[in-house]
Amino acid sequence: MTRYVVWAASWLFILVVLVTPPALVLTEALKDGVGASLATLSDPDAQAAIWLTLRVSVVAVVLNTLFGILAAWVLVKFRFPGRQFLQILVELPLSISPVVSGLVWLLLFGAQGWFGPLLERWNIHIAFAVPGIILATLFVTLPYVVRTVMPVMEVQGRDAEEAAVLAGAGFWQVLWHVTLPGVRGALLSGVLLTTARALGEFGAVSVVSGHIPGETETMPLHIENLYNGYQSVAAFTMAALLALMAMSAVLLRSAPEWLARLQEKKA
Amino acid sequence: MSIEVCNLVRLVPGARQPLLDNVSLKVPDGAFVALVGPSGAGKTTLLRAIAGLDNCSSGSILLDDSPMTSVKDRAGRMGFVFQNYALFPHMTVARNIAFGLDVQPRAERPARAQIAQRVEELLELMQLQGMGGKHPAKLSGGQRQRVALARALATGPRVLLLDEPFGALDPIVRRSIRTWLRELHDTLGLTTILVTHDQEEALEVADRIVVMQSGRIVQDASPMDLDEQPATEFVMEFLGEAVSFPGEVRHGRMIPDDALVLPFAVPEGVTDGPAVAMIRPYEMNIQKPASEQDVLSIYAAPRGTRNGYRHYTLQLGERVVPFYRPVDEADVQVQGVALDISRSRLFRQGLLCA
Repeated sequence: MTRYVVWAASWLFILVVLVTPPALVLTEALKDGVGASLATLSDPDAQAAIWLTLRVSVVAVVLNTLFGILAAWVLVKFRFPGRQFLQILVELPLSISPVVSGLVWLLLFGAQGWFGPLLERWNIHIAFAVPGIILATLFVTLPYVVRTVMPVMEVQGRDAEEAAVLAGAGFWQVLWHVTLPGVRGALLSGVLLTTARALGEFGAVSVVSGHIPGETETMPLHIENLYNGYQSVAAFTMAALLALMAMSAVLLRSAPEWLARLQEKKA
Repeated sequence: MSIEVCNLVRLVPGARQPLLDNVSLKVPDGAFVALVGPSGAGKTTLLRAIAGLDNCSSGSILLDDSPMTSVKDRAGRMGFVFQNYALFPHMTVARNIAFGLDVQPRAERPARAQIAQRVEELLELMQLQGMGGKHPAKLSGGQRQRVALARALATGPRVLLLDEPFGALDPIVRRSIRTWLRELHDTLGLTTILVTHDQEEALEVADRIVVMQSGRIVQDASPMDLDEQPATEFVMEFLGEAVSFPGEVRHGRMIPDDALVLPFAVPEGVTDGPAVAMIRPYEMNIQKPASEQDVLSIYAAPRGTRNGYRHYTLQLGERVVPFYRPVDEADVQVQGVALDISRSRLFRQGLLCA
């Protein structure tokens, strides 16, 4: 009996809190019909926002994946002074409010910031420009690959790598042929989480972007802009698109599990 | 290929005792050496140091008289088999075995067909025909162990390092793979170092046994010498069941403290003073009573038969002592007046009295 109550309660909670919002967003977007909704996406600013978000996400995902793999590897497989501290540091972006992390970049690279005047002289723009948005996104999405890959590497141990080294494999060969194949599930998971987070980041990006439509507006910023301008169909269409992108990234995460289960059934 | 370890020291930060304490060892070409000792003695540490997996604080390792500094110097020349096999789970057996060849630089790497042929040879050598396409997860423990061996041998090393390779196998497989390994060593003309905590295993396969304790080599000898002249009480005890009788040497005779144990003549050169006599349970004898009037004071209680020996226990005052006799011994003396331990080895302050 208790089992069914708990079961029903969890489903109810999930439905209300998790399923309703995207459903409502979709309804709002399609309020004036599919045509009207899709038409809003042909707006040049909307398209610029979509492209910018994709570009920023790709850069953030690629860099954080590369960095994340190496960081996780170093943290798990080696013992060195300051290791614990570095481990805590890696998780910092999870605990700091994104707005604060955005502010840090302004403090460093803004016109009044530490390096602002210097950069100005060299004609390099970071704050209120795309590099700033990328930096902010990188910071916010840094922990995901590291944190998902680390526990799996921990289980993996060092033996297989040592066996590979003794067989004559070099550093990159060990990483590519032995370490990474062993953690590929977790890695994919981390990459997709990073993607979802990079697509949707608002706070940090909002602070450094300067909200220049068509130039430094990512999808989340553009949505806010549209909504504040009472363009609700356009805002919700963009929101629905963003939610769809992020959700497909999260759904892809479970793809390896399904594949594994399918293979098991076949075998 | 000969291996020489010179004054190897490995310190661990924070620990008082070094993991390896000035270890020196010479392994001639073609030898089969077993490193034995209790856990924590430094056997695996020494093996890993020889393989170049761990850095040492000081000392050197020479392979055919040329020093080796990094793992790179050893790549492909030494095969290493890990305790838990350390196979690559995502690769097939064939790919696992071929790994050492696949990672060679393009210029040195054999052609694909050659690699495939080498893998086939090794599969056959390891009695794993037809297993090439399977993944390690589908194999039994013994099969995995042989895949690990095949992988270690793929690049044709002259040296084979084995870290407790039979630890995870069941007793029957263990015994058969042991004999087979010795044959493999002889056929391929390898130089093998085997780490094991099982002294019986070591005695069975190795030509030489190196006993380690607390990061040091206590004795390095042939199995026979080790049995006849164990360097310390620890070695004596480690190599098999042993019973010790404290006593005192006086005028060339060892007089055990226990009144039921007969005194015996000690080798020449042993000075007077306290000593400990150690003996294997199958080397003791019970002395027959000389006449009917003698009081019988020693009885052996039967405890079953194992490995061709009848096992008994003797009550010696407060102490219970094991006592074995060969099964085929016609007339077993199971009661008497005293215990004869004249085949004992004598130790003083833990060391063998020469």
